[in-house]
Amino acid sequence: MRLSRWLADRWVMIVALLVLGYLSLPVLVVAGLSFNRPSSRLSYDFHEFTLDNWRQPCATSDMCDAVLRSVQIGFLATVVSTVLGTLMAFALVRHRFRARSGINVLIFLPMATPELVMGTSLLALFVAAGVPQGFWTIVIAHVMFCVSFVVVTVKARLAGMDRRLEEAAMDLYASEWQTFRRITLPLVLPGIVAAALLAFSLSFDDFIITNFNAGTTVTFPMYVWGAAQRGIPPQVNVIGTAMFAIALLLVGASSLRGRRARRAALLAPAPAAAPPASRS
Amino acid sequence: MSALAHVPAASGQSSAPPPPPRRGRHRLLPYLLLLPGAAWLFVFFALPLLQLAAASLYDPAGSLSTGYALTWAFGNYPDAVQAYWPQFARSFLYSAIALVLALLMGYPLAYAIAQKAGRWKNLLLVCVVAPMFTSFLVRTLAWKTILSDNGWVVGLLRDVHLLGPDGRLLATPIAVVLGITYNFLPFLVLPLYASLERLDPRLLEAASDLYASGWQAFRRITLPLSMPGLIAGTLLFFIPATGDYINAELLGTPNEYMIGNVIDSAFLVRLDYPQGAALSFLLMAAILAIVFGYLRKAGTEEVL
Repeated sequence: MRLSRWLADRWVMIVALLVLGYLSLPVLVVAGLSFNRPSSRLSYDFHEFTLDNWRQPCATSDMCDAVLRSVQIGFLATVVSTVLGTLMAFALVRHRFRARSGINVLIFLPMATPELVMGTSLLALFVAAGVPQGFWTIVIAHVMFCVSFVVVTVKARLAGMDRRLEEAAMDLYASEWQTFRRITLPLVLPGIVAAALLAFSLSFDDFIITNFNAGTTVTFPMYVWGAAQRGIPPQVNVIGTAMFAIALLLVGASSLRGRRARRAALLAPAPAAAPPASRS
Repeated sequence: MSALAHVPAASGQSSAPPPPPRRGRHRLLPYLLLLPGAAWLFVFFALPLLQLAAASLYDPAGSLSTGYALTWAFGNYPDAVQAYWPQFARSFLYSAIALVLALLMGYPLAYAIAQKAGRWKNLLLVCVVAPMFTSFLVRTLAWKTILSDNGWVVGLLRDVHLLGPDGRLLATPIAVVLGITYNFLPFLVLPLYASLERLDPRLLEAASDLYASGWQAFRRITLPLSMPGLIAGTLLFFIPATGDYINAELLGTPNEYMIGNVIDSAFLVRLDYPQGAALSFLLMAAILAIVFGYLRKAGTEEVL
């Protein structure tokens, strides 16, 4: 009787923890397999513990080339899409203009279209226009699907911003450029950084759209795809685990910074209008 | 808004400084800000869709080397459907089953994080998002290890006779559906969480004060108030799940192939562009029809 009471009170939490286990299991397996010496190239089972994979992550050199290429593509796609998306977010939040709804649809649609359709249609365009596919067509494709996510992320930050801070600066004879540089940009920056990180992770992990527009260029996800047929080198799991650890560190660092900033704000609540120039 | 902000300055003493310079009107500024991004999306998103539509009507007799002629060959569509309707049906069947599973798992998870987790809220949220930090393909391959014939999952299921002595999970529809559910579950949970987080727990207290059972309170209060998140999450899950072919390729066999596998091979292996384009376009049309039908139903009347 007591047990059933206890279960009735807690079943949601218990189910939630089980689901979290389901979500975490593959990551744990990847981490475990990064220490595995497989019995054969095509085996996915844990065979023997070893540190070799971590000592020589680049033992299969074409995998590291692919990782490097993914980082390059991710970097370029992030820079371009963050700039384009941030400009669009400013226009959408700060200005009234015609064609607004049309632009909104143009931004929304790429997020609602299956990747498969975007990938194949871009392939059809490149083939029809006679553009050879490779590194740069991948960058173009990645910028295309990252822009919308950047717009949405930066827009959310901009919309939640207090306009009066900028008006106060203008009242104090700051020029428009000074206001932007000293007030607006520092306040929106966290949103832009979040958007850039999102864009990078989307680009780095993309397979479907890349697959249709890569020509013979091999990114990390494409390397994994190809290796899945021939046999996966265990170093793939090292890369997977390392990516996970780096991302987790970034999240931890940013939440720690956020907490410290909040605590500082609690200790010194008075200078709400202090010059925000000291940030960034 | 700006007029309001200037009121205190105007009502001050006469010794107040002259009003600050007014912002110039930049009629063109928004268009200049939008132009690069909008142009990029137009050229590399909208235009390709038109090209895809055109390619789906190419003469199927053409090839990449001899070139294609646009002959408005509408017959490509019925031909493609006739050849590949099982894969089409499978795409929607698998993603529908996966969606039901994801709702059964995702709703309690989102609810627990939003309403029951207290100070553990942020940590649990990170646990939902964190798996996505590892490469999609690497995680999907990890399921090959988990569901392997020599793994403990299959061993356990064989011991309790849910699987026969030679029964397997890998290379079956079960593995593919499990993989799809796993891969897109966070997309369902996050918007649902955002909705449920705003739910005022006092509403539920009021309901129970008024003798509502737990189920009634859920059905009449929690569920309707979480509807926006539920709709967004369902779509964010369903759209990529239907177009996915990575799970079918890595965890299944050609017997589990979905429409994505067919389109991939049409474009990259068989080089049959008209057919691949027709299938791609059909997939998009089918998904759009479902999405808009669903939004309309969910928007105008109560779901359930």
